[in-house]
Amino acid sequence: MLNRQGRATQPEGAAATPTITTYTGHRGLAHEEPLSFEQGEKGRTGVDLPEPPKVADRLGGLARQGEIGLPGLSEPQVVRHFVRLSRQNYAIDLGVYPLGSCTMKHNPRLNEKMARLAGIGDIHPMQPASTVQGAFELMDTLAHWLKRLTNMPAVALSPAAGAHGELCGLMTIRAALEARGDKRKRVLVPESAHGTNPATAAFCGYSVDPIPATKDGRVDLDAFKKKLGPDVAAVMLTNPNTCGLFEREVIDVADAIHGAGGFFYCDGANFNAIVGRVRPGDLGIDAMHINLHKTFSTPHGGGGPGSGPVALSAALAPYAPLPYVVHDGQGFRLVESQEGDAHPFGRLKGFHGQMGMFVRALAYMMSHGGDGLKQAAEDAVLAANYIMKSLDHVMTPAFDGPCMHEALFDDEFLKGTGVTTLDFAKAMIDEGYHPMTMYFPLVVHGALLIEPTETESKGALDQFIGALAHLAERAKAGDTQRFAGAPYLAPRRRLDETAAARQPVLRWKPDSAA
Amino acid sequence: MRYLPLTEADRRAMLDRIGVASVDDLFRDVPTRARLNQPIDLPPHMGELEVERAIGAMAAKNVAAGSVPCFLGAGAYRHHIPSTVDHLIQRSEFLTSYTPYQPEIAQGTLQYLFEFQTQVAAITGMEVANASMYDGATSAAEAVLMAFRTTRRKRAVISGGLHPHYRDVIATTGGAMEADLAFASADPNGAEDLAAMIDDKTACVVVQNPSFFGHLHDLKALAAAAHAKGALLIVAVAEIVSLGLVTPPGAMGADIVVAEGQSIGVPLSFGGPYVGLFATREKLMRQMPGRLCGQTVDQDGKRGFVLTLSAREQHIRREKATSNICTNSGLCALAFTIHMTLLGEAGYTRLARLNHAKAVQTADALAAIPGVKVLNRAFFNEFTVALPKPAAPVVDRLAAKQILAGVPVSRLYPTDAALANLLLVATTETVTDADIAALAKALAEELSHA
Amino acid sequence: MSDTYYTEDHEWIRVEGDTGTIGITTYAQGQLGDIVFVELPDVGKSLDAGDEAAVIDSVKAAAEVYAPVAGEVVEANDAVVEKPGLVNEDAMGDGWFFKIKIADATELENLMDEDAYKTFVEGLG
Repeated sequence: MLNRQGRATQPEGAAATPTITTYTGHRGLAHEEPLSFEQGEKGRTGVDLPEPPKVADRLGGLARQGEIGLPGLSEPQVVRHFVRLSRQNYAIDLGVYPLGSCTMKHNPRLNEKMARLAGIGDIHPMQPASTVQGAFELMDTLAHWLKRLTNMPAVALSPAAGAHGELCGLMTIRAALEARGDKRKRVLVPESAHGTNPATAAFCGYSVDPIPATKDGRVDLDAFKKKLGPDVAAVMLTNPNTCGLFEREVIDVADAIHGAGGFFYCDGANFNAIVGRVRPGDLGIDAMHINLHKTFSTPHGGGGPGSGPVALSAALAPYAPLPYVVHDGQGFRLVESQEGDAHPFGRLKGFHGQMGMFVRALAYMMSHGGDGLKQAAEDAVLAANYIMKSLDHVMTPAFDGPCMHEALFDDEFLKGTGVTTLDFAKAMIDEGYHPMTMYFPLVVHGALLIEPTETESKGALDQFIGALAHLAERAKAGDTQRFAGAPYLAPRRRLDETAAARQPVLRWKPDSAA
Repeated sequence: MRYLPLTEADRRAMLDRIGVASVDDLFRDVPTRARLNQPIDLPPHMGELEVERAIGAMAAKNVAAGSVPCFLGAGAYRHHIPSTVDHLIQRSEFLTSYTPYQPEIAQGTLQYLFEFQTQVAAITGMEVANASMYDGATSAAEAVLMAFRTTRRKRAVISGGLHPHYRDVIATTGGAMEADLAFASADPNGAEDLAAMIDDKTACVVVQNPSFFGHLHDLKALAAAAHAKGALLIVAVAEIVSLGLVTPPGAMGADIVVAEGQSIGVPLSFGGPYVGLFATREKLMRQMPGRLCGQTVDQDGKRGFVLTLSAREQHIRREKATSNICTNSGLCALAFTIHMTLLGEAGYTRLARLNHAKAVQTADALAAIPGVKVLNRAFFNEFTVALPKPAAPVVDRLAAKQILAGVPVSRLYPTDAALANLLLVATTETVTDADIAALAKALAEELSHA
Repeated sequence: MSDTYYTEDHEWIRVEGDTGTIGITTYAQGQLGDIVFVELPDVGKSLDAGDEAAVIDSVKAAAEVYAPVAGEVVEANDAVVEKPGLVNEDAMGDGWFFKIKIADATELENLMDEDAYKTFVEGLG
């Protein structure tokens, strides 16, 4: 269809592909795959289970009536179904995944192997302490690494993800304030912050007061200081910030908030840029969550699970949530209720934390060592700056460099081309790349946020830069069709999100099979 | 370092292109006094073999649940996971992809989420489900918040049969918003009267079925009592295998069902990561927290899937979002979906029958021991026994004999002396007749010492 | 003969007698993009000027509609709840949101007329 319009999207010189309609709807290795629910047959199953022993049931008359509505598939059908589905996904294992602020770095398979050791993957959270000393040791070791890397004295391990870590941090702060009889009302959040920051503050009952940004993409220190007062509980600052820049005045921010009796929460989503070079504890930070799935490479898995331990200052440590591991001379044990001088603010999730993520993160850290973690941060920053510099003549960096681990561009270079940030990003799909983060942060018009991570070789970076430069030139040359209809070469063209939201279909139903 | 592709020559060439002398120049925005000028005090990098040794040594200090008779439950259950599940979730395209923000190249993730939502709705007997939450406990807390939003009330009645961790998480998050939380006291006999606690300011009643103590309840009357006062009934299911055999909450009048999905496809892994399930009625759909996957078509008219109703989420609505959640439990939801697809109707229902039958056998074996009393009349695969002495030391001594006998209730209610002798015993398909006999024999021996 | 007034939040209110019909402007719907969901206030609800009265979700954004002046809600346009696209198609007409019984007509003096709103929008670039 494309080629009929005379605009090849393939590299120049490639032969035109004739338009072929197939009987199956498949296209070579690209298979169309129906829902599992459309493939089921009654009585078929993918597991063989023994016939249950004959006993009189003790369900109290609550036996389930009628069919549940699950399809029956055999094992080979299930395998084929999910393998075919998998092939419709982009992945870091396939290519550059420059999704800014998401940190799509290589996920070593050693980490997966460690998580599947029987002594890790097959231990029950309620086993007696004597049978899980190694698990406690692992948690304690992870906490030790995080404490060393942050130079902060305590780590709350249980939060299940970054936003959950934010919740943990703000609840810890709230508990510390309340313990001194100080009920405060406001939390200051920069305009450029990730949406979870204001959402978290509001969740904890605080009103959110935005801090404006300066022209160079950083927090406006004067404006921040003017907003400080005795009712400010905390400032939530991301550093490096969402524009990919280090907040030069971070220590002044810390001094000012402490001077006003509030606490400094740092969103550690971008900690990966500074590991081994800057320790948050040295900046005056009181609480910072660490996304293990970003900085320490636990797999994103299509959107989770994550893990968001929170490093805490001495002032906040007593208010950390339950449970936590202690060593009492004899061995490790888990503290699951209030004891001693601690004033835990409560509990955030079932059981003890994301053990499966802890072990992967620890394997990653041990593999890198202190030296390798620093090198990884430096390589990530180097790669982002290399991209920003290499593209500054064809695209428009939003701020002067150097940047940290991600390069932020605005859509100035697309002005007058008729191509939007979204179109530009979709055209990257045809070039074999996952698009960068778009329209975030909100403070930059038509933002394009590129985070290459330390995973990319120079060759991969050069090809990526070449592709972006090529697309920028095509946009300026008026080749709008290439962008407006993109992607052409993906498993699906652009999807109708309006229809999806106006008449939501959130599940398969037998009558919608047609 | 095996994970870092850049060579020294590459780094040099890149610095030259950038126009700086060294990588230090890229960090020049860091205030001088915040720069770390010495190596961090941690061990240097290691090869795979060394890391395997270090972590393997820690793992070896644990007793794997599968290596001994295991009767532990209390919200996490050891089930057999078909090998296909773990193989498929390690496909690169599933394992190393992100949230499906670009649907054109994420149909694999989106389609399985759609299938997941359909499965969850079907087994819970509800109309719609979301694309997963962190775990059962956080799902329960989010359900309470959703009830507050929907009813514009701020009072919740919490059952004494709800898992203590779920109760604690509700207390923590509800406390943050200064809600009125009415907690019924622990209900080991399954005899509480929650209807009496509901008033016309109540947003929701939260119960668990089977309860934390294993009791199965018909919830229809409670649903009617809640609805009569304009409150929602929230039902938590901690053992999702139960719904293969037990009347689902949707058929008993539940407005929101939350569940821990770990039992299907997700390993014990010492308590996480697990997968929270969340289902509700269609009319409450837009109040649901978390991500939702919806069906639509692409420009060429082909069926496809997208994340939808995202305007409720934090990245758009910021401080007015329905929830601050960003990450879900994608890969665990995938494991759940694959395992449930393998099971199908026939496998899921048989698995549930197998669990129940083994539990009945175990309960009978334990009830035959002098001094031991089973408290449950109706149960699924877990029940509570009253021992003639405190349960925790008994469990510790049996652990020393390589039997994981169950969860002493005192571990979760440490200050309630009335519960000290109670033991939760769970039996899944992984338990053998020999395991049941070994538990009964060891427990009888232990108790015979008086 | 301007009986329609505008706010800086891009609501309009058309006055007939003591009843005001409220919606969002054509400019506002264009900024929001495809509107997919509208939640309207209950009839009988009393609103002060500036109160959050309705919620709009578009595919990529969310917005609140504020009451331009104080009053009691007397009618809600269920048609836009059924078919949110009406707001995109005819923001100033069939895509209206709700009607109020205006409590204090002098509050209308705080709002912009059509020309002033036009100039205001042009100033937004």
